[in-house]
Order: sequence, then structure tokens, then C-alpha cells
Amino acid sequence: MTDAPINQQLETEAADDTVWVQEVAFIDAIPRWIAMTFVFVVFIGTWDVVTRLELVSPIILPTPWETFDDMIFVGSNLLSGGYMLRALWITIQEVIYGFALAIAIGFSLGVLVGETVFGEKAVMPYLVAIDTMPKVAFAPLFVAWLGFGIESKVSLAAFIATFPIVVGTAAGLHSADENARMLFKTMGASRMQTLIKMKLPTGLPQIFTGLKIGAVGVMAGAITGEFLGGGKGFGELIRVAASQLNTPRVFSLILYLSLVGLALYLIVQWTQRKVVFWQKESVGAHDH
Amino acid sequence: MNAPLAYEYTGASSDAPVYELSNVSKTYARNSVVALENVDLTLRYGSFTSIIGSSGCGKSTLLKIMAGLIPPTRGRVVLQDKPVTGPRRDIGMMFQQATLFPWKTAVENIVLPIEIRDGKAAAKKAMEKAHDLLDMVGLKGFESVYPNELSGGMAQRASICRMLITEPAVLLLDEPFSALDELSRDMMNMELQRICREQDATAFLVTHSIQEAVILSDEIVVMKPRPGRIAEIVKVDLPRPRTLDLMTTPRFGEIVDHIRSMLDKGEGM
Repeated sequence: MTDAPINQQLETEAADDTVWVQEVAFIDAIPRWIAMTFVFVVFIGTWDVVTRLELVSPIILPTPWETFDDMIFVGSNLLSGGYMLRALWITIQEVIYGFALAIAIGFSLGVLVGETVFGEKAVMPYLVAIDTMPKVAFAPLFVAWLGFGIESKVSLAAFIATFPIVVGTAAGLHSADENARMLFKTMGASRMQTLIKMKLPTGLPQIFTGLKIGAVGVMAGAITGEFLGGGKGFGELIRVAASQLNTPRVFSLILYLSLVGLALYLIVQWTQRKVVFWQKESVGAHDH
Repeated sequence: MNAPLAYEYTGASSDAPVYELSNVSKTYARNSVVALENVDLTLRYGSFTSIIGSSGCGKSTLLKIMAGLIPPTRGRVVLQDKPVTGPRRDIGMMFQQATLFPWKTAVENIVLPIEIRDGKAAAKKAMEKAHDLLDMVGLKGFESVYPNELSGGMAQRASICRMLITEPAVLLLDEPFSALDELSRDMMNMELQRICREQDATAFLVTHSIQEAVILSDEIVVMKPRPGRIAEIVKVDLPRPRTLDLMTTPRFGEIVDHIRSMLDKGEGM
């Protein structure tokens, strides 16, 4: 009986002693925006030093300040509706049409491959075979077949973006678990009902993963097409600037172009958040 | 030796047979494995029957045959006087996983069987009934909640409602609560008993737990493996309604021991 208070006292002492704070390394405790600014400043600083000391020829690497000046020039041209905006609009059209085409073809093939035994046995091997080829190498063919207009770029862009969508759709359709299949069977669901009401919604996360990879590919396809097949798009502006050794212009054009790619990616991601609202895990990057 | 377990007991509300299997066998052609051999089984109206046996005793094959998912190689399978030749509206089924679809709210999940069979309009009409069922399983107010926000036990309650929405003549339960923790499992079993009584349901439960089988059932089908066949049908004469306290009674222990010894014999073969 008498040790009760002592015990209590011991407990409080122990409680005081055992309070410990998990240590977080200083570098991990820095707020995100400060960390990002820091990395940016270091990057620009290094760039500036390298050009200032002329470690690299100014023709190859412009100073950051030249690049900023050029970005302002290109930006004002874009905002005032100049020739650069017209070029950008052509590229955006190629990307949109290419992506739409890739979604239509990729989704259809994905359903064929993922839903039918015929597709899996007879079509999938060919798709895998084509997918392993360096698809950019097909660019001259598309130019030869479809000419120097927008069509050849749209085709190449769609060609590159189709495969991840096929794979994503097929994998998505396979992702329904045994119980869900059994349940739909016991409910007497037709194949079409099972596909539309169960397999497709179940597979949406994978389908969107395919779409996001496709969105990155479609941009690369359009620009590659413009590099190799001419035309009046943004890629052509980059090519011309590069041939004139106007490296600041090349840099700033690439930066603006990457905004288009980023916008497309974000649109897909936003759509995913709206459509696959039940998917709570990180929707960022290429989720696995 | 155990006390004789054969006795006159009618736990079922009536003697009318609902589901009758006679001489049912299943051989898988691929590897000529005999999964089931000469199974005779009758489920009477309002009765609760469990099936228990080691893995490979053919209980999931039997369940699939009863659900109309696979055809038997031989034998008659008759539900409500009509041979079972495929999935039917009067068969309700529940699985180990709740298998609720995350893009549908609780109530939309529950009317899904109606939506599949009769279309969206009929499903809409069934909403009210789905609300009543949710109310019955203690999920009032969770109608428009998405499954992500339900606990395991709550999800299984919702899947009970989905099974009941078509007013099936027989409930096939494939280890429905085995994925839950033991406390929720006991509670859900008592819930299941109550629901079956309220609905006058004829239930058939596949389980691995002898205790679960004894506490819930009027009859327990003990299976032997290779080839899967019925070793014995044990009648459970514990009074109804059953409570978890019954688990401590000597009679409960006797029946459990008897079934365990049957299963051990099966293992030795």
C-alpha cells in the first residue's frame, strides 16, 4: 500500500524522462518554397558563373540573362498574337488531334486486347513487337506518306502515344478481382454489362496512367515530326533558331513549349481526379 | 464417444425443401480430378446450414454449383422446383470480401443486382427498399456514403443488403466474415442470425471455423476430401435464438469436439 505514491512519483518521473522528440534532419525541415527557391538560385548562379568565366563558348551556352531577355521577347510575341503564337497554335493543334486519335485507337485496341482472347492471343504480340521499335524512326515514313503538313505530325504523335494507352486499358480491364467477376456472374450480368459497369470503372486508374504517359509522348511526337518534316509549327521555330546558333531563343522556345506539355499533363490529371474520384492515393507522377 | 447427435429437432421454420441436390458429382476434365462425389443435400425453408471441411474437400466447387456458376458433371440441382442451369435472381451470394464498388454509393451498390437485371429505372424504384435494408443492418444514414468511408464490418453489412435486395430464396455465404477481426466477426455472426430470422431466410454458409458453424447452424455438413464427399451431417440442437454465451456451454463444446474429430479423421486419409 505504501508504495503506491512512490510508484506514482516514479511514473511521472519516467514520463518526464521519456519525452523525446524525433529528430528531423535540418535539410528535410526546410519549407518547400524555400527549398525550391534555393535550388533555383543555385542553378541560375552556377549557370551565370560558368558563362561569366567563359568555361563554355557563349555560342553554345548563353548567359541566363540573355535567356531571360529572350523569354520576355518570345512571351510578348506570343501575347501580342505574333508569328510565334501562330506557330504555337499549329503545334497545339497537332498535339490535340494526335492525342485524341491516340485515345480513340489506344482505347479501342486496349479493349480488344484486354477483353477478348482473340485480341490477347493474336493482336497483343504484334503490338508488343511494334512497341519495342524506336517509334521516332517512323517519322520519315509518315512524312513520305502524309506530306509536310500537319497530318504527318499528328500521325507520329498519335503513333507514339497510342501504345501506353493500349497497355493501360488492357491492364485496367484485367485488374478486376475474382470476387467482382463472380459477383457479376451471379447477378446474371451480360459480358457488355460486366465490361461497362465493372471492368472499365475498375480499370480507370490504370487507363489514366496510360493517358498520362501518352500525354508526354504526344508532345515528343509532334515536335519530332516538326523537326524531321518541316511545317510551320513551334518545332520549326526551334530548328531555325538552332541553325542560326541563336541559343537563347532555343532555350526560351523550349521553355514555352514545355508549358504546353505541362498543361496537357495537368488537364489529364485534373480529369482523373474528377472521374476517378474514389482513387485517394497520390495521383501525381506515373502512379504504379 | 460423444453423445448421440442424431435426434429429432426442427430448427427450421418449416420442412418444405427449398434447395435440393441429389447425387451431385463434379469432375474437372482438365486433370480428371474428382472434386465432388455423390453429394445429397437438402436445404429446408428457413434453415441455416453450414458446410465445413479441409481445403480440397470441394466446398467451393459445391457452392459454385449451387450458385449456378458452374454445371455439375452428374446429378440434379433443383431450387424451388426448377433445375438450376445458371445464375438466378432467387440465389443471393456473399463473399469473403464485401466487393462494393468504390464509384457507387452504398445505396447504389445495394441496388446493383436490380440495375443489372432490370435496368436503371427499376434500380431507382428499389432505392427505397435499399434504404429499409440499410436501416435493418444498422447502417441508417450511410445511404450516400462511398465504400471507401466504410469499415470492413460496415462494408459487409452493405453487401448483406445487396444480397437481400432481390429477395432470394437461398443465401449462399462464402466465408463472409473471415476477413474481419474476431470481435467484429462474432458480432456480425449474431447480426446474420438476426437478419436470417427476420427475413425467414434459407442460408448456406461455407466456413473454416467450427465454432462459427455451430453457433449459427441447424445443420452442419462435414466434408471429406479427395474426392470431396459428405462425411456426416451434424444436427445442432442448441436453442434459438443463439447468443455468444452458448459457446461456453458443455453441449456446444461436445458438438465442436465431435466435428473436430470428424475433420481430423478426414485429414488422416
